[in-house]
Amino acid sequence: MCLAIPGEIIEILPDRPELAKVDVSGVRRSINIGLLGDDSPVPGEWVLIHVGFALSKIDEQEAQAVLEFLEDIGNAYTDELEALQQSWIE
Amino acid sequence: MRFVDEYRDAEKARALSAKIADLCEPGRQYKFMEVCGGHTHTIYKHGLEDYLPENIELVHGPGCPVCVIPMGRIDDSIHIARQPGVLMTSFGDMMRVPGSNGSFFDSNAEGTNIRMVYSPLDSLKIARQNPDQQVVFMAIGFETTAPSTAMTLLRAEAEGLRNFSVFCNHVTIIPAIKAILDSPDLRLDGFLGPGHVSTVIGCRPYEFIARDYGKPLVVAGFEPLDLLQSIYMLMLQLTEGRCEVENQYRRVVPWDGNPVALRTINETMELRPYFEWRGLGFISHSATRLRERYADFDAERRFELPGIRVADPKACQCGEVLKGVLKPWECKVFGTACTPETPIGTCMVSPEGACAAYYNFGRFSRERVKEASRV
Ligand code: SF4
Repeated sequence: MCLAIPGEIIEILPDRPELAKVDVSGVRRSINIGLLGDDSPVPGEWVLIHVGFALSKIDEQEAQAVLEFLEDIGNAYTDELEALQQSWIE
Repeated sequence: MRFVDEYRDAEKARALSAKIADLCEPGRQYKFMEVCGGHTHTIYKHGLEDYLPENIELVHGPGCPVCVIPMGRIDDSIHIARQPGVLMTSFGDMMRVPGSNGSFFDSNAEGTNIRMVYSPLDSLKIARQNPDQQVVFMAIGFETTAPSTAMTLLRAEAEGLRNFSVFCNHVTIIPAIKAILDSPDLRLDGFLGPGHVSTVIGCRPYEFIARDYGKPLVVAGFEPLDLLQSIYMLMLQLTEGRCEVENQYRRVVPWDGNPVALRTINETMELRPYFEWRGLGFISHSATRLRERYADFDAERRFELPGIRVADPKACQCGEVLKGVLKPWECKVFGTACTPETPIGTCMVSPEGACAAYYNFGRFSRERVKEASRV
């Protein structure tokens, strides 16, 4: 749970502006973007996700670097992805 | 993937490592603590110590939230989970942490219902779906995670959920660093500051470390090159006689942190007078509890807790490991009685725990294990 993983914003849910659909290594789930305040992300932007919340926006370059790094650390990342897959935030 | 190489490229690592070596005063020993378990993980996964001159030693700090939860809080959680009609949720990493009578997994084998969730928000959904159950989220984590619990509380309040509460075990990093600075056991030359905690709290809260304790701190990212660069920045400060807080991870960490996250924590939580940390003992103002206003959502007020203090197992030396006094492989039970499959202490449970990181990746530390077992 300690990991923060990058995800790409796919859409902001129209009726729930505090939620966004993200894509994390092919896994698509909803996350909460409330902690970003007025600095809401738009589709195509990347965020660092921790336990279902966007912690901060990051640029794509950073996102790719972190993803590569996470894929490389193996288990901890796959466990986190699996956990995300079980998640159903609404 | 040029940008990936930018952070990872071994050439750069070697160049940095040469620059670091150049700054080392001959005959002087340097000890830097990496506060965050994520850093410990990177250091062992990538064998970063191989890139450092012999006179620089990295010491692991207390920054793994799973590792610092004392046995008593696990026992208290299980006590809550045993109450009739309770469904408890927690992060997957918590499931195997040993309490004095076993872990959450062991407890489930005896009939409790403790479920893993990815996000505290998943617990809200479980609460909505199970109106006849009391859903209790066992919350852990540093300032990285506390805002998520706080937002979840605000949401539960807005929805008027009556069957949801939080067993709050959030800890704060600054008092832990202060406890380490005040402990006579360890002489440190500087700190690698935690990356993700700092996205929330920013860099200012570390200023006292430079000002009052005369130790430099560099907030560091998680890539191997981030860490090497941060070590270089620490060495440069020492060489130039500076002592400051610097931010190597500027591409993610704003100097002032995340104001919304801080506000949300502050709205829902307040500091406890003290909290027990595994191995470190009681530290003042080092954890949060829910504010009075959220009493209805506070599992500690809703359920009577035995709150018994349980001493750590005798064989366990996690306290020394968390303070950086012992290396994991120096613990008597490391790799023998204590392994990730059969953890005795918490540092072996979470992948960010120093013992688990050593056990899983310790390439050359394995050698040391062999060495240690020979004597
Ligand atoms: S080897 Fe086990 S008991 Fe020893 S310090 Fe590590 S986690 Fe604790």
